[in-house]
Amino acid sequence: MLNKFDIQVRESKEHAIIETAGYLNDALGEKLSEKAQELIQNGYTLLVINLEQTTLINSIGISILIEIIEALDEREGTLNFCGLSATQERTFRMMAIAKYAGIFPDEEAAIANL
Amino acid sequence: MSDEHKILLTIPMYPDMELAAAKTGSALAELKDFNEEAVEEIQLAIIETCINASEHSQSDDKEVHIQFLVTDDKLQVKISDRGVGITADTLDGTRLLGTPTLHADLRKRGRGLQIIRALMDEVVIESSPNGTTVSFTKKKTPS
Repeated sequence: MLNKFDIQVRESKEHAIIETAGYLNDALGEKLSEKAQELIQNGYTLLVINLEQTTLINSIGISILIEIIEALDEREGTLNFCGLSATQERTFRMMAIAKYAGIFPDEEAAIANL
Repeated sequence: MSDEHKILLTIPMYPDMELAAAKTGSALAELKDFNEEAVEEIQLAIIETCINASEHSQSDDKEVHIQFLVTDDKLQVKISDRGVGITADTLDGTRLLGTPTLHADLRKRGRGLQIIRALMDEVVIESSPNGTTVSFTKKKTPS
């Protein structure tokens, strides 16, 4: 298997942080989507996705991130991203993700702006 | 005179095999001291092109053929399939919009070519009923 990936979730009282590692494609994206939907079902509307250990994100992975933005939008929630590389941030801005989700350099800033 | 190296790679249309092509591209770019951002951009362009070939070519041989041509100042990548070709609406993404989103500008699919065009310095797409070739070039920026 070329793509080794991992997802970690940390929950606090008010928000949850999802940390992904590896190549964010359809496979990791589906796992990420499951975790996010589970958190949303459990009442979390303030989420941070930390992509610091995510080496590459393809357009299928991005489409899954858009689905998470939409799911949170329906509940008037907020999604912030952190730990993006310069190329990832550029791609997110190109695809209008930055209009509907926050992009911050680190977890601390992403949480502070939820 | 600059060194020129040509590398040929064929990958099956199988999940994650685009990573093999992307890793080859990044290794060549790193060998020629492309900066970190350029290396990531090259990887992403290769990944998106290989995924497009796998998803849309309908080729019988289920293979993607990749040619890397690297010199001291640029990396050229030519990615071909022997599928049915792509149409104009695929090229501009309108055929691949997917399900409607809450926000019209948040298109879920059909953005691969847009990404490739934004990240690479030159992109040429040639398509016929015998297959599609996407060629792109990334120039090395002075560090």
